[in-house]
Amino acid sequence: MSEDQVPVLRADGLVKTHHGEGAPAHAVRGVDLSVRRGEFVAITGPSGAGKSTLLHLLGGLQRPDEGSIWLDGRCTDSFGEARWAVERRKAIGIVFQFFNLVSNLSVADNVELPALLAGVPPKKARAEREELLAELGLTGKERSMPGELSGGEQQRVALARALVNHPPLLLADEPAGSLDSKGTREVMRLLSRFHGRGQTIVLVTHDARLASAADRVISFFDGRIADDAALDGTPPPRRGGISGVLELRD
Amino acid sequence: MRLPLLALLARGPAHGYELKQDLEQLLGSAYPQPNVGQIYVTLGRLEKSGLIEGEDVEQSSRPNKKVYHLTDAGREALHAWFEETEDEPRVRDEFFMKLALAPQTGLADQIALINRQRRQYLNTMRNLSKLAAAENRDNRVALLLIEGAMLHLQADLDWLERCQEELE
Repeated sequence: MSEDQVPVLRADGLVKTHHGEGAPAHAVRGVDLSVRRGEFVAITGPSGAGKSTLLHLLGGLQRPDEGSIWLDGRCTDSFGEARWAVERRKAIGIVFQFFNLVSNLSVADNVELPALLAGVPPKKARAEREELLAELGLTGKERSMPGELSGGEQQRVALARALVNHPPLLLADEPAGSLDSKGTREVMRLLSRFHGRGQTIVLVTHDARLASAADRVISFFDGRIADDAALDGTPPPRRGGISGVLELRD
Repeated sequence: MRLPLLALLARGPAHGYELKQDLEQLLGSAYPQPNVGQIYVTLGRLEKSGLIEGEDVEQSSRPNKKVYHLTDAGREALHAWFEETEDEPRVRDEFFMKLALAPQTGLADQIALINRQRRQYLNTMRNLSKLAAAENRDNRVALLLIEGAMLHLQADLDWLERCQEELE
């Protein structure tokens, strides 16, 4: 297979059961998934369907009970905690619902830290940080602490942090889940922009508006993929098409 | 279309083509371009029912154009329009009947119906997102119209999700 054909991400037979108090929760019950380079995939479904667990498995934040994951064709079965941490620094960027910024580090340090940890020279890390913050409309906020920023701004910092090492894969777990509708539109616009430049994205969301920015939507129910649909933007086979939705009555 | 045209005429007299342009400007690219023929027909009906009056204005090198203005009865009708609240939007009853009847017929699978319907809604949602992105940022009325459509669609998608949870 040529490099283009090797999926950025492939999962085979993933199973994950949570054993807490009470009955075991079957969060992921047999998931096969392949994500091509440059694809923007949204995973939607009701809360409790297991979609966040699935994303955590894909990012190595949790380990599956069964099944395997390949990153760029590399099997991760033998990866330990430390190796996954390296992958999350270099190959996978992650953004979370609650941003998870380091609260006692400035915006600039939050973004530069993963670059420095990955061995990028400080000068280059700073240049990358400056470029990303400018791109995300955060110039002038470098010295702010995360707590001084709005939710939407914190999520943009988190996005900069996730992308500073140019990971082939971006995972986003309900990135607009704690934002208002303006913040949601902003996240949607930015994800679309990075996707437009070739960024591969896997997004978990319950928000159909956000999901519709993706070009493929996976519906996740009860730990399983119920539907996997390409969104080609083809107008529905209906009189009026899209405009029918907006039509005022005469 | 009748009442929106009356409302546009509340500002002052206008001819049919002006009204079409006003409507386009107000509602932006989101709204399907009003058909000028439809506007003239509606204006004719409004005149017949005494809500507006038309006056022929001569134009040098072109046929006369008709400039309409609101009558007292028209103004009254507008007051009544603004006074009334509107009916709630209806749920997609045709799809609901398919879903409810599918098991008895043995001709369709409920989950397949839901999945297919969801694909359509998601594609429409995508188109609405594109429309919103292309719309002039300053046209708040047009953006609110698109956002309204998206929120309705979101509710329909949530409802499909509920159906799937219950029926799977």
